[in-house]
Amino acid sequence: MEKNPDQVMAALTQVMDPEIPRVSIVDLGMVERISVVPDAIVITLIPTYMGCPATRLIAERAQMQVKQALQLPLDMVRVEWSTDVAWTTDRVTETGRRHLKEFGIAPPPATGNTLLTPDVPVSCPLCGATTTTMENLFGATACRSLYYCRQCKNPFEVMKPT
Amino acid sequence: MAAQPIDRDVKPEWRDALVDLLFQLADDDLLVAFRGSEWLGLAPHVEEDVALSSLAQDEMGHAAMYFGLLESLGLGSRDDLAHLRPVAERRNAIMVELKNGPGTYLEQPHYDWAFTIARAFCYDVMESLRLERLKSSSYVPLRDVARKISGEEKYHLLHHQIWIRRMALDPDAKTRLQAAFHRVAQDAGDLGSTGAHTAILEESGLLPDASGLTRAWQDQVQEFLSLQGLSWTPVRETSTGRLGKHTKDLEDALDTLSEVYRSDPLARW
Repeated sequence: MEKNPDQVMAALTQVMDPEIPRVSIVDLGMVERISVVPDAIVITLIPTYMGCPATRLIAERAQMQVKQALQLPLDMVRVEWSTDVAWTTDRVTETGRRHLKEFGIAPPPATGNTLLTPDVPVSCPLCGATTTTMENLFGATACRSLYYCRQCKNPFEVMKPT
Repeated sequence: MAAQPIDRDVKPEWRDALVDLLFQLADDDLLVAFRGSEWLGLAPHVEEDVALSSLAQDEMGHAAMYFGLLESLGLGSRDDLAHLRPVAERRNAIMVELKNGPGTYLEQPHYDWAFTIARAFCYDVMESLRLERLKSSSYVPLRDVARKISGEEKYHLLHHQIWIRRMALDPDAKTRLQAAFHRVAQDAGDLGSTGAHTAILEESGLLPDASGLTRAWQDQVQEFLSLQGLSWTPVRETSTGRLGKHTKDLEDALDTLSEVYRSDPLARW
């Protein structure tokens, strides 16, 4: 059987973040490496946050997706987590940023010093206005902050730059 | 002078120091996570409740990473290390094990918010200084973990700074906060201590400038507090918790934290 890393990557674009189902793990920048070894395909992922409770689910889904797309036996697809490389929001792709916005989450703003503070301007992902205020540094998950748009009067979340 | 990087094999004469350091890091974060989780449903408002859960979740994730490094050194499974070690083997600082306030989670939890914020801020400042040094640790696996954790910890510090600024604007809150910082200081002597192997930690490059932590930490805490019109009671370094001497609060915390795990250590979760 032909085992092509491009096909693996294409399959992984169908694996979504369980908490942001519009954005794939590829577009979040979580796929570090795909290696084809004689008896298996090894997918190396990096976690976004160390305490993220979704890592196990993501690994299972990635394994299933690749198994199905390439029609391989399950034991020929291995998923490993690596901490050699630190995940940062710079790894989110342009497509990822667009999908985040479509999902109602403002993509991580470019802050220079990589820290989201209340004085960093953030555009509302719903109406585009910049008249927004930080309500809470921590939103529904560790990687997001809670904001409020004074223009369209909606609360929304921002992915924190790290 | 940068120390020679250590990929896997640690010199035998440095191994004890490395293991002890990893236990300090893991135990600190484990207790911070546990005390944070005890606020669940009790925080001053619902958004803070959500924020605290995220903070506690981050800290538990960091503890798991450090315990994982110990596991890879052959010390046993990380769950066993977190749950089954007796109090005398714990290496966390005293400050992080103390109860959030009177009562217990299930009965009359009259927890002290000012104490929680004061303690969390003091811990975050220490953690940021320690991680900054660990980012150039000679032990490569620890260096990688420190780099990863740093990005998350910046937000913890920022979050608690925002709370302090806000509380310092209200006379009543400010009085309580000041009292809380005095209380935290009473038990913070061992927070910047690195225990029995400090000289080796420096010489090996495992934790550069280990002996400078307490001073750097107090300077930074004092500077931030004085900007808010608050004062810091200087502490003298001790090594209490880093040598395994703890309070009854730690015993109680571990009884609760590990109750289920110890009921059947062989169960698969």
